[in-house]
Amino acid sequence: MQIFPCPFCGARPEAEFHFAGELGKVRPDTVAQVNPEDWTAYLYAQRNEKGAVREVWMHTTCAELFMMERDSVTMAVVASKSLRKVAS
Amino acid sequence: MSRHYSALTLLREGLRGNRGWAKAWRTSKPKASYDVVIIGGGGHGLATAYYLAKNHGINNVAVLEKGWLGGGNTGRNTTVIRSNYFYPESAALYDLSVRLYEKLSRDLNYNVMFSQRGMVVTAHSAPEMEMAARQVNAMRLNGVDAELLDREQVRKLVPILNFGPDMRHPVHGGVLQPRAGTGRHDAVAWGYARAADTAGVDIIQNCEVRDFITAGGRCVGVHTAQGDIRAGVVGAAVAGHSSALVAKAGLDLPITSYALQAFVSEPLKPVLDTVVLCPPFGTYLSQSDKGGLVIGGGLDRVPSYGQRGNMPVQEHILAGLVEMMPALAKVKLLRHWAGIVDVTPDSSPILGQSGVDGLMLNCGWGTGGFKAIPAGGYLFAHLLATGTHHEISRPFDRDRFVTGRLIDEGAASGIAH
Amino acid sequence: MTSHRTARTALIDRSKPLNFIFDGKPFQGVAGDTIASALLANGVRVMGRSFKYHRPRGPWGAWVDDPNAIMSVSLDGRAFPNCPATTTPLVGGMQVRAVNAFPSAQFDIKGGLDLFRRWLGAGFYYKTFMWPDWHLFEPLIRKMAGLGDVSRDVLDGYCSDQVYDDCDVLVIGGGAAGLVAAHSAAVAGQGVVLVDDHPVLGGGLHQRTMVEGIIPAEWIAAQVAGIAAAGGRILRATTAFGIYDHRMVALAENGPFGTAPRLHRMRAGRIILATGALDRPVTFANNDRPGIMSIDAAGEYLARYGVCVGRRIAMVSNNSNADAAQKMLREAGADVLRIDPSKGAFCAVGGKHLKGIAQNGTRTAADTILASGGMTPLVHLWRHAGGKLDWCADRQAFFPAAAPEGMCVIGAANGTFDLASALDEARAAVAGEQILRAATTYRLSPLWPEPGSKGRQWIDFQHDVTLKDIELAARENYVSVEHLKRYTTLGMASDQGKTSNMAGLAAMAAIKGKPLPEVGTTTFRPPFVPVPLALYHGGHGGQLWSPLKRLALEPQHRAAGAAMGEYGGWLRPGWYGGGNAPELIHGEALMARASAGIVDASPLGKIEVMGPDAEAFVNFIYYNTIKTLKPGHIRYGFMLTEGGVIMDDGVIARLDRNRFVISCSSSHVDTVRSHLEAWRQDGNDLDRIFIHDVTQHWATITIAGPKAREIVRGLGLDLDLSAGAFAHMTLREAQFDGAPLRVAWVSFTGDTSFELSIRRTGVAGLWDAVTAIGKDAGAGPIGIEALSILRAEKGYIMVGKDTDGETMPHDLGFGIPRLKKKTAFLGDRSLHSEKASAAGRKSLVGLTVPFGAVALPTGAHVVEGKRSAGYVTSSYDSPTLGHPIALGLVENGAARLGESVEVWHLGAIRHATICAACFFDAEGERLHAE
Repeated sequence: MQIFPCPFCGARPEAEFHFAGELGKVRPDTVAQVNPEDWTAYLYAQRNEKGAVREVWMHTTCAELFMMERDSVTMAVVASKSLRKVAS
Repeated sequence: MSRHYSALTLLREGLRGNRGWAKAWRTSKPKASYDVVIIGGGGHGLATAYYLAKNHGINNVAVLEKGWLGGGNTGRNTTVIRSNYFYPESAALYDLSVRLYEKLSRDLNYNVMFSQRGMVVTAHSAPEMEMAARQVNAMRLNGVDAELLDREQVRKLVPILNFGPDMRHPVHGGVLQPRAGTGRHDAVAWGYARAADTAGVDIIQNCEVRDFITAGGRCVGVHTAQGDIRAGVVGAAVAGHSSALVAKAGLDLPITSYALQAFVSEPLKPVLDTVVLCPPFGTYLSQSDKGGLVIGGGLDRVPSYGQRGNMPVQEHILAGLVEMMPALAKVKLLRHWAGIVDVTPDSSPILGQSGVDGLMLNCGWGTGGFKAIPAGGYLFAHLLATGTHHEISRPFDRDRFVTGRLIDEGAASGIAH
Repeated sequence: MTSHRTARTALIDRSKPLNFIFDGKPFQGVAGDTIASALLANGVRVMGRSFKYHRPRGPWGAWVDDPNAIMSVSLDGRAFPNCPATTTPLVGGMQVRAVNAFPSAQFDIKGGLDLFRRWLGAGFYYKTFMWPDWHLFEPLIRKMAGLGDVSRDVLDGYCSDQVYDDCDVLVIGGGAAGLVAAHSAAVAGQGVVLVDDHPVLGGGLHQRTMVEGIIPAEWIAAQVAGIAAAGGRILRATTAFGIYDHRMVALAENGPFGTAPRLHRMRAGRIILATGALDRPVTFANNDRPGIMSIDAAGEYLARYGVCVGRRIAMVSNNSNADAAQKMLREAGADVLRIDPSKGAFCAVGGKHLKGIAQNGTRTAADTILASGGMTPLVHLWRHAGGKLDWCADRQAFFPAAAPEGMCVIGAANGTFDLASALDEARAAVAGEQILRAATTYRLSPLWPEPGSKGRQWIDFQHDVTLKDIELAARENYVSVEHLKRYTTLGMASDQGKTSNMAGLAAMAAIKGKPLPEVGTTTFRPPFVPVPLALYHGGHGGQLWSPLKRLALEPQHRAAGAAMGEYGGWLRPGWYGGGNAPELIHGEALMARASAGIVDASPLGKIEVMGPDAEAFVNFIYYNTIKTLKPGHIRYGFMLTEGGVIMDDGVIARLDRNRFVISCSSSHVDTVRSHLEAWRQDGNDLDRIFIHDVTQHWATITIAGPKAREIVRGLGLDLDLSAGAFAHMTLREAQFDGAPLRVAWVSFTGDTSFELSIRRTGVAGLWDAVTAIGKDAGAGPIGIEALSILRAEKGYIMVGKDTDGETMPHDLGFGIPRLKKKTAFLGDRSLHSEKASAAGRKSLVGLTVPFGAVALPTGAHVVEGKRSAGYVTSSYDSPTLGHPIALGLVENGAARLGESVEVWHLGAIRHATICAACFFDAEGERLHAE
């Protein structure tokens, strides 16, 4: 049972979390023209790195999404950070 | 010296102290170039080499394996062979594989022990029985053997399932594929390796591919731990490492690599004669010829190259087994391990051009690569030899993600993808 | 005192004899014995048969390192397969049988298989059984394989506890080093847990006469007392069987025989491994004979159980540990002769009964051979955690090297075999000092298998892998360590290679002329010892596996005679009444069309979306245009995946400018809620949109039918319910019994229908009122089954039943937003992919059958020749219409109304006609009735 650090709730067991995808995908503006290759890349392309990864996770208990840096070989957790924009 | 395997040669060599057996494969050093270089010495890569030689007369081929052949997912799976899929494209693909498996021991002259003991996927409610009917009809219309079983028929086939009143998800019936079954996974890799080697293919172990050699945007070879090797065409069959490999060619893939765990119990006298999957528990199992129960279930949904999973999934899968078959609570787990599975958005494989000329892909088999080894090899050989798709592999080209023509078997298999 | 039991102090209670039966014969042991020690005490040597050749075998080891003595054990009518005799505590009344031997271990009819050894070597089955068919040979092979038989009985009460546990320092192994480490750490104020797999701590200390000047039992007791006094915990008879990511250690705490172990999921701040080392076998001719044991095992049998394993013992050792053992055995009354392995090849003489040992032509009589090829540290857990190993040439073993984070290893497991050094190491580890493997008095000369040497020499005892098998593997080029193991099956037996790994590696190294570490290192997988599946199950059985969600009105439904069933994860009324179910269901449907049906619709998802940006948000989430939805109005819509496929359907109601309620399928609530949250948090101002799942706070009663309005009027709500004032697809708020009541005019059946939603705690009163009024109007409760028919009569879909993994809204006839909606929404681009725009997509249609024909089977396919062109998704006998109706997804269906098609089911062909997916009141007049 791995421990993941929710930025809001602290260290919690992995069963409380849900992998929500790689960090960094930006939804194309679909009001404008989007070519099929770009849409496909948005939908499906993955970096899938062996080693350092940056991912979006949801802590299902508090329903907040956050960013987690991990190592996908050693399974070490490097850092976690809220995705909320800081209020200006 | 005996090369051929048979009861006769076994008898003869036994009398001579077994000193006359030939090597199963040579220990080859790589040449400077080949017509075809296959990256990945697992089942798919080795089968591809075999079919290149057998079907296309091409044996100037090297299979490059970074570790020991068959050491990746081919040596880590739960050995189930089946073609109980829904879509016609999938049926064609996986049943080609089953048909090739049916003759494989003879073709390779290596006993892969394909035991066609059947596979039943149980249904546990009226709606699930409706879906089972839809599935059986789809299979039969696709030319694949399937039977719709009622509760009593499932009980006769798998008496050790829980048919008691305390069963949380009572068995209503199920889908049986009689021709499905299990095989000896290492033997499949070794059998293909030996046959390919006999045909003249160089199998080179401990030869990691570090980078691609390109010329004018085309892939013309590979940089390896044992030097540079040029190739007329390169085929990558490296499963969970596909993304990391093709990244070196500037490509990405619609793949996420996860750990898929598998389990084996202590050896027992026969207690289960078929392969069983109970979807509400997410657990499936069979009994190997050595007597161990070989058990599997869903993924650890944490992207991973670690070849190991963690306790929550272990508990879920094995607890599911105890729910399905409470008499087995006292059976002991002997060992568990994991592979790295390359999962695509529609749980169907990717076969075809990579996007870089001279580099072709065979990947994305996810949790279902072992059953497809013969078909994957057969079709990938066709691609590498002719540069074009066989009609069976065409639907699985990566362009389906652009056209939207996904072949989403996730729901069809009942196993969490 | 029995024949082999001595008077030496041991950890047994001689005053408590225990009677048991082994292979049909009665024996007696004492409390504290294992099955193996009791049998040895009685002079029983043959305790099992090997897997392949059925060679007679006795125990090699005294604990987890024994591959040979595996038993089926029955106690009190409960039978357990594959119990290792060396680790199973003896209980009076046990009936013990050697596995895979018939009729007994002593006289096994399959012993003759050994005669065929020439043809049964490694991998023989890969070379034959191909013709005519593997299936001809397989049944026999399966019967011969396997060890114990598992009884088909479900054992009552065989259930594991599971606990989450944690500590600052977990010390694994309660021998000398572990005890001192645990004691030091506890005294230093750390939260310590010490685990040891024996019932009595102390490891190998019991073999000594003194430890730090006092007798072992007292020294151990002092450590234990010190640990307890400092607040440490000790778990005895507890095996640490696996280490997982983030320092989670799995512990199996064993209770009395016949009970399932307790699982501790132990999270440790630090892990100190003090797991010890074991004697490895020596490879020589006939080294598998009963009576050949490890030197350390003989020490354990004597120290723990008072059993002297032989009277005339030949001891073969390449290392300095043998002297102490020799002394100990002589003091117990045995003749012990040392055989020097460096003087020449030797072999065991004898079959079931060992006669002696022969070397250089000289035979020495002996009833027992004790052997040690050196110490192998037990590093399994280290490897589970990803720790590295280094080969140590002067100690001829793999020792722990680079440590996993938060772990260290001490004592014999670290190659520190001297007691004083081990204790120092333990103290240093606790203090956080660097552990340097101390110089040692342990000396050995290499003693490894010699390929090409004479005689049958065993490497893996249980799987019958001999040196010749390894030579064969090398000859055939299965030379990497994993190929070697898999080809020969060495290391894959139930002892998981504890006694075979090193010899196997050494043999291959010798054959290839390479140093041993170049052949490979040893990888280990959990569990360290086999553990019962019950351990992983805990008590999460039956209803606890996936608890059903329950309705607040369940008592009322039951009182009304409901047949409750599982629907979408909820326990709901399928129908009411005890009798012929199809008749009752039909009656309910007729009643609903004639007057009204009353449905508990509480499971329907209700998720509120609130805030100034809620409108833009829901407009993005939904396929349909929602921003034009006026307050007090309701719209039917679809939520799509980004792939354009329908994820869920349902109505969305706008309560006011900044407040919406999304209704979603009862089985999809969690998924939809996660989906909404994920998109909410993607780039939006989180102070301007809020999502709140209120599904379980509101209970909903739906009254559907021509008399619905009349019934709701009877409630006396302060609402104008007339058709003019209260339009279809609108919502009003009122009060019932002082509580807020939401009244929505929305229909799932095609008749006038009001959904009344009230706080869950107030629903009982509402139900009573509605049903009483309804009764007078000829209406009554209806269940899910009848509801399913009514909605199908209108062609209203159930997502996941009438839609599949490809269905998009335009396949259901809802094509306008795809073409006209101007703002971005989820799935928008995918709706225009090549596939989405292709001709021939499956669309929702109705299907009718010829007059008098029975209903089509759900799951039947519409075919064109032998090709599937779609399938039947819902099919019922409609009481309203008096004939069967069906819905299906058919290629190009919407353009083929009136066409006759073939319907295929399990080889039989039926005929049907495609029609519009609506069989009842196509004009919708009933929806607009007064």
